[in-house]
Amino acid sequence: MAQVSLRQVVKSYEGGVQAVKGIDLEIDDHEFVVLVGPSGCGKSTTLRMIAGLEEITAGDVAIGGTVVNDIPPRDRDIAMVFQNYALYPHMSVYDNMAFGLTLRKFPKAEIDRRVKEAARILDITPLLDRKPKALSGGQRQRVAMGRAIVRDPKVFLFDEPLSNLDAKLRVQMRTEIKKVHQTVKTTTVYVTHDQVEAMTLADRVVVMNHGVIEQVGPPQVLYHTPATRFVAGFIGSPAMNFMPARLEEASGALNVRLTDGQVLAVPASRTARYRQHAGRELLFGIRPEHLTDDKTTDKTNVQPISLTPEVIEPMGMETLAHFKLDGAEVSARLDPSTPAEVGVPLALIAHMDQMHLIDPATDKVL
Amino acid sequence: MPADGTMVAASPQALGGNQVGSLQRFARRRSTIAFLMTLPLLVVIVGLVVYPAAFAIYLSTLNRRMTAFIEGDWLPTGLGNFEILFDSDTFWMVAWQSCFFAITAVILKALIGFWLAHMLHHIPAKGQRKWRGMLLVPWVIPPALSTLGWWWMFDPSYSSINWILSIFAVPSVPWLGEPWWARISVIIVNVWYGAPFFMIMYLAALKSVPEQLYEAAAIDGATSWQRLRYVTLPMMANIISITVLFSLIVTFANYDIVRVLTNGGPRDMTHLFASYAFQVGILSSNIPRGAAVSLFMFPILAVCAFFVLRGVTRRNKEQM
Amino acid sequence: MSATTAHRDMPALYAKAGSLRSERRWALIWAYVSLVIAAIIFLAPPFYMLLTSFKTNAEIADFSLNPWWVRSPTLENYAAILGNPLFIRFFINSVIITACVVALTMVISVLAAFALSRMRFWGSQVLATGVFLTYLVPDTLLFIPLYQIVGGLGLLNSIWGLILVYPTLTVPFCTWIMIGYFASIPKELDEAALIDGATWPQMLLKIFVPVAMPGIIAATIFAFTVSWAAFVYPTAFVTTAEQMPLTIGVVSQLVRGDTFAWGQIMAGALMAALPPVIIYAFLMDYYIAGLTAGATKG
Repeated sequence: MAQVSLRQVVKSYEGGVQAVKGIDLEIDDHEFVVLVGPSGCGKSTTLRMIAGLEEITAGDVAIGGTVVNDIPPRDRDIAMVFQNYALYPHMSVYDNMAFGLTLRKFPKAEIDRRVKEAARILDITPLLDRKPKALSGGQRQRVAMGRAIVRDPKVFLFDEPLSNLDAKLRVQMRTEIKKVHQTVKTTTVYVTHDQVEAMTLADRVVVMNHGVIEQVGPPQVLYHTPATRFVAGFIGSPAMNFMPARLEEASGALNVRLTDGQVLAVPASRTARYRQHAGRELLFGIRPEHLTDDKTTDKTNVQPISLTPEVIEPMGMETLAHFKLDGAEVSARLDPSTPAEVGVPLALIAHMDQMHLIDPATDKVL
Repeated sequence: MPADGTMVAASPQALGGNQVGSLQRFARRRSTIAFLMTLPLLVVIVGLVVYPAAFAIYLSTLNRRMTAFIEGDWLPTGLGNFEILFDSDTFWMVAWQSCFFAITAVILKALIGFWLAHMLHHIPAKGQRKWRGMLLVPWVIPPALSTLGWWWMFDPSYSSINWILSIFAVPSVPWLGEPWWARISVIIVNVWYGAPFFMIMYLAALKSVPEQLYEAAAIDGATSWQRLRYVTLPMMANIISITVLFSLIVTFANYDIVRVLTNGGPRDMTHLFASYAFQVGILSSNIPRGAAVSLFMFPILAVCAFFVLRGVTRRNKEQM
Repeated sequence: MSATTAHRDMPALYAKAGSLRSERRWALIWAYVSLVIAAIIFLAPPFYMLLTSFKTNAEIADFSLNPWWVRSPTLENYAAILGNPLFIRFFINSVIITACVVALTMVISVLAAFALSRMRFWGSQVLATGVFLTYLVPDTLLFIPLYQIVGGLGLLNSIWGLILVYPTLTVPFCTWIMIGYFASIPKELDEAALIDGATWPQMLLKIFVPVAMPGIIAATIFAFTVSWAAFVYPTAFVTTAEQMPLTIGVVSQLVRGDTFAWGQIMAGALMAALPPVIIYAFLMDYYIAGLTAGATKG
């Protein structure tokens, strides 16, 4: 069994800096878990502690049920793909992939079989005799993955493997990684700062910030029901809009009053949840894709809202319009055929069944 | 600037006051300037290295009175000096001594230097500078002068090293008196002087190996020894080769230490090519024969250089 | 991948290591022990030279005393050396020779390195390789023909003869490392300068020299150290004491007859060694950069 458990794991450096502040995480066998967050949030440090490249200050890391705190990397039965590939420049692709097995004195025939099989899965068989210098970025990345696959470890660890590739290649390699996981099904822990990668690759996403876990869950759950303001603003591109607003009660129903005076009615399904916060100044959160032009036929739970665009970005399949509401930046995704002009007030609708309210004091989503 | 304001190189004023008209002339000027700038270097290389080397070859064909050898007694091609040397036992002893000295000393220096570089690399960075500073001292002191100190330490009557040995009830060593001990003394001084150089070069090379390669190897399953063998040494191969080559050449051609410590003695048994050439050529006023002796170094060193440099270029092409 | 179980059945072929922390601590202890031993061995001879220089002749000659300590320290050796006009002469000679050679070397090297690294012209690659190969030619290979040549110019027994010849020791390596430093300056700087209106000499002086200053300092230190320590050429060329630089001066002239005034010899040797050591102490990083630049940038 290849589960990974982190129990109250802490990493602090000399001088008292705490990179990871006590996190708990259970990763199931065969699961693809992505650690995502901004620079410095502790995701790479956590990964390296699982790998054994960083000492664990406190807490336990267990792989396959065994606590591995004191076990060196080579005995943890893991494989890692680095951001800079870390291929041995003086060895051929074949030798790079075979290295781990050669060190462990596997029989030659077995090594050959595994290397060829991994090369087939990754489509790099013609490259086996070349040296890393003669390969492109994408090819090197594949060799790095091949090196991990032949080891057949309990856990794959990926440390921002796609960050060094150009945008197009990144999309391509993302699909490759997902295909490989579907084929070999090894438990995977993947670190990235790119939330698109997290959403597309993960069975579950772990959002980290400042050394703590903000939320864990399948991508759709994080998208639809973020737990904190950070997660709400981090997942989804373009980011969720946050507008200061006041929650008012009027004859039994709740309304959101924006700073420019516009009032949006809260759907009945949410009234029970929000009633206790009536009268407070909160943040009104709504994603740009839920601020659209008035083309939909389903009028339940939509409210009209009028905003004046400052910048309009035609993207081809949609148009992004950016507004300013009393200092807050707001974006909306519009149909490309909507006539939008800078400075001309635009009539939009807000899909209130996708609304969020955030308590500015605790940064939690209500 | 031309009226249309284009910056295409056709405009000479944009190139800094050059009054000449066209792009072509600028290109020519550029290579002329470049040539003039390298001229002093060429003068040094041709005048002080190439010409003397050629002159040395010519000199070695002359006899003691600086005239060409008379035919009859000697080979008509003027290889008389070489014939005499080949017949001389001393010469062959010097040749053997030079090779033995160079190879032994370089191996010791390389091993000690590598060991120390490894140790330095493993202590925290703050302390590294301090230790590095202390350990490089032998290399900083002019070798002729530090050898004076060693000479005193090896003095037959007053040797401070023998004094220490006597504390451990080890009999005094005739450091400079007996041929084999004298050879060992020269090697000791040379290794003392040269190991820091290896240490510094290897330390720089160790630092240039990306940390991630070690991490990848650790995960792949390598023990420390295996990491050394499969990651460290291959990545350092070029620097190791060049440093060894350079040291071989400099050690082989060593003069300072021998001259100060033993002056070639006892009985010519610590002479190297350089000190022997000095003795034969300048002290005994037989310039042509001295030239012949020092010329002997060239083919040996050239062959070493060829093989090492070939390996280095090949590795550069494949890996970098 | 099939056969996922086969691997897990294979026995572990290495013992599980002990705690990572204790492994690391052992490595550290091991390292410090080696470094301490090395430091003792490396620093013992200069230390001993220092001790001896503070001893009276009587104390030096006394067998019964521990040679590794000074019982009655004295400055008489230093006084004798500094009062010896010959020693002062040696020192001045060394200074003149070294100053001239360093200046000469830096001018030649910087100009040539700039041209070779930046201005592509026919033969530049050949010349650059040639410079490296020249560096490999040891001085003891050339000193006999040079003896003839310098003699022919009437410059034997003169510091000017030495000044003429020392550049063979310094120019190749200094040029080589300056090429490396100049090559690492981004080409965009050149292009920006050209567009701004600079001529080649202006580019060199106003951009390259300031930006490559660490390399220039390192090369200067190297040239200084090598010139100061040069021994072969002065030994071969110079026989009159007044023209000798420190290295050969101290070795050959401080011996009166059969008795060696060891105290004075050590004092003289240490003082002669002082300038490179002082430069090293204050500019250690540049010094080391100069050494390693040749190999790592080459």
